Amino acid sequence: MPTVLLIAVPYVAAVLFLGGLAWRVWTWAATPEPFRIPTTTGQQRSLAGIAPSRVESPSTTAGVVGRMLLEGLLFRSLFRNVASGPTAAGTCPDPVFLERKALWLGAMAFHWSLLVIVVRHLGLFVEPIPRVASFVASVDGFFQVGSPSWYATDVIVIVALGYLLFRRVRDPLLRYLTLPADYLALAVLIAVVGSGVVLRYVARTDLIAVRQYTLGLAALAPTAPASPGAGFVLHLLSVSVLLAILPFTKMVHAAGMWLSPTRNQANDGRRRRHVNPWNAPAPFHTYEEWEDEFREKLQAAGLPIEREDGRFQNPQAGGGERGAPPAAQAPLT
Amino acid sequence: MAQQKPDPAQLAAVEYIPPRRGWRDPRVEFRKGTYNHAAARRHLEYLGLPNPRDWQPSDADWQLPANWKQIILDGMKDRLERYRSFRLFMDICVRCGACADKCHFYLGSGDPKNTPVLRAELIRSVYRRYFTAAGRLFGPLAGARDLTEDVLKEWFYYFHQCTECRRCSVFCPFGIDTAEITMIGRELLNLVGCNIQWIIEPVANCDRVGNHLGIQPHGFKDSLDFAADELEELTGIRVEIPINRKGAEVLFVVPSADYFGLPHYFTLLGYLMMLHEAGIDYTFSAYASEGGNFGLFASHEMTKRLNAKMYAEAKRLGVKWILGGECGHMWRVVHQYMGTMNGPADFLEVPVSPATGTRFDHASSTKMLHVCEFTADLIAHGKLALDPSRNDHWNVTFHDSCNPARGMGLYEEPRLILRRVLNHFHEMPEETIRERTLCCGSGAGLGTDENFEMRMRGGRPRAMAVNYVRKRHGTNCVACICAVDKATLPPLLEYWVPGVEVAGVHELLGNALVMKGEHPRTTDLRGEPLEGMGGGDA
Repeated sequence: MPTVLLIAVPYVAAVLFLGGLAWRVWTWAATPEPFRIPTTTGQQRSLAGIAPSRVESPSTTAGVVGRMLLEGLLFRSLFRNVASGPTAAGTCPDPVFLERKALWLGAMAFHWSLLVIVVRHLGLFVEPIPRVASFVASVDGFFQVGSPSWYATDVIVIVALGYLLFRRVRDPLLRYLTLPADYLALAVLIAVVGSGVVLRYVARTDLIAVRQYTLGLAALAPTAPASPGAGFVLHLLSVSVLLAILPFTKMVHAAGMWLSPTRNQANDGRRRRHVNPWNAPAPFHTYEEWEDEFREKLQAAGLPIEREDGRFQNPQAGGGERGAPPAAQAPLT
Repeated sequence: MAQQKPDPAQLAAVEYIPPRRGWRDPRVEFRKGTYNHAAARRHLEYLGLPNPRDWQPSDADWQLPANWKQIILDGMKDRLERYRSFRLFMDICVRCGACADKCHFYLGSGDPKNTPVLRAELIRSVYRRYFTAAGRLFGPLAGARDLTEDVLKEWFYYFHQCTECRRCSVFCPFGIDTAEITMIGRELLNLVGCNIQWIIEPVANCDRVGNHLGIQPHGFKDSLDFAADELEELTGIRVEIPINRKGAEVLFVVPSADYFGLPHYFTLLGYLMMLHEAGIDYTFSAYASEGGNFGLFASHEMTKRLNAKMYAEAKRLGVKWILGGECGHMWRVVHQYMGTMNGPADFLEVPVSPATGTRFDHASSTKMLHVCEFTADLIAHGKLALDPSRNDHWNVTFHDSCNPARGMGLYEEPRLILRRVLNHFHEMPEETIRERTLCCGSGAGLGTDENFEMRMRGGRPRAMAVNYVRKRHGTNCVACICAVDKATLPPLLEYWVPGVEVAGVHELLGNALVMKGEHPRTTDLRGEPLEGMGGGDA
């Protein structure tokens, strides 16, 4: 691989990643959320004698923060997953569904391992090696199995990715709805993890040279390593591809989930007025128009009316833009 | 029912095997029993909606405007810029499938396009094709599809097989809410005149006359007068039912089915008894005589247009606050849209119960209270004398209606009432109640006769949960707080679980409520003899 690419590729990827992510987040944030639409998964705050669900149906900002942290860190909603088992049974499910936590476990294993791995890699870009990186690495390598000793997260992330791919291929419904882009995301992640594992455990690379190179990248004064080796180039390329496509694929959920209105809004729709910046006008059928049409019937039924002696001459503003109702038309029932 | 009902055993045998042809193929067969009739020309004309014409979904030619595609794409662009929910939900789905088997329509039909994820992909694929770089560049590889007339027909079919119940959004790790997507999808369809009669006719009636059924003011009054007569017969007490009375403290708005449908009517009797007993100074309105809002099933603008009447009438009558009846989607609108759309309600006051003095701060902005909140407060303060043994002929379970559940968090208020007015109450399995409640299968404007098969399919998971408590506890009554439930659960249960009735919470309250000065009750509100009271010697 030409030296220039070793320098250009990661920078292009970084620009696409940061620029793309910023653009996506800005686009979402700049789009108003016109209504108060939280999905309430717990009791609202209403009567004094009824305990509100502060996180599942948050009425305060603290509650919302708690709800979002539970979602982001522990995948709360995915944990709710219950199986109805229709594919297995071939019939509509018995109402007593089996709990199904495998997807939650797989997702937690994958995402948390990935986070630990990223933190471990911080040492490649910061001088001196940050404490958090060496600490996480020492915990991660606690078991001291093999030589070099295996990181637990390397094993977990491989198993988790394998599971996520396996379930997609095995379940007929999931297979049916999976897009090529979904396999692409998994393929890139598997390439990243696979090349990284090979690099550490099989075809070891010159870590000193690599660190010089990555520190240079981070300092914007890059120098390409003399003989990086195929494994390292593959790892670099796959990580670059991952970063470059992340903002433009479904993987952008990592940023988008925090803006989800059904989760990040408080359930206070009646307590505080939510303002819609574009609040579209909607002229409606006014009382005056209505009384004009039904005056005789109202009088005959003995119901109170505003004008005993004739029509409203000037229907009030705020409605009635469509003029008088078509009184001549057939009954609407 | 004009049509032949399909055999339950046949509907129960659902195949969960995806079809051979991929989901990108949009072709849909409009089979009788699985879709709703098109809206009549005159209603669209009256409402000023686009493209009024005589047509049916089964027609080959839908008589779309020549530039329909541009209208839809412009409409999408406009909504992508106005709704963060729509834009975000187009972007962040990972197709993990956690939502797939949470949809009652998927469970009942086995049709993969009834999974929330694919229902959204129907529109997401078009979004990718016309609004994202990846979709423009890579087409099908990026999950993009051209917008064709077949796609539009597919949207019509599947966006009218979603009851906007939000169950999927509970399970989605990102909170993607198919209701948002279906609502926008239906708005887009409305732009080219593809709407259904059972939504648009009530909307037109509600706009012009004041309620879904088009009941004119004198008919409304007759109906309430009849209720007063009936109550007098049942209890010996004559209740006042004011209509359009200025200066009342509270405006009471109920779904129109309450005064014209069965079993809704018994719930109305229950409200009237409670209001009388608590001594509330209230009035109905014949102008705002509908709490329900089928506009919600057409477009946000129509929701706002119909809902505006409540505040306008509250202002005209000079009331202090508004009380709302048992209704599902009405409460989604009141709780999540009304203040924003039609407020600020600065001409009203924070609701305070005249009977208990409780100030309902949770409604301090919208100034509208759910009748279950109001009654639960009365009961909690011991303001109502209750004799639960009058409900001993009922063995009850509670069906959380989708909107008050997942769009409001109203879980304990109705239960507080039920526990005090019943001796026999059993919950359905946890996976089927509260935030995980299963839909009746007929909400969001789909409760038509012509859609019977799809309704029975969609309602089957709920019916199976009822069947579970029926077998285990001998349940013979499903209580609920939604007018659509009361209209559509009875045929659903008759189909899957015969022998189970449906009742409103306030009907059961009315049975148990001991009114001051009432004569001994021999029957419940339905006129059924009470055990051990009306029996042998009445």
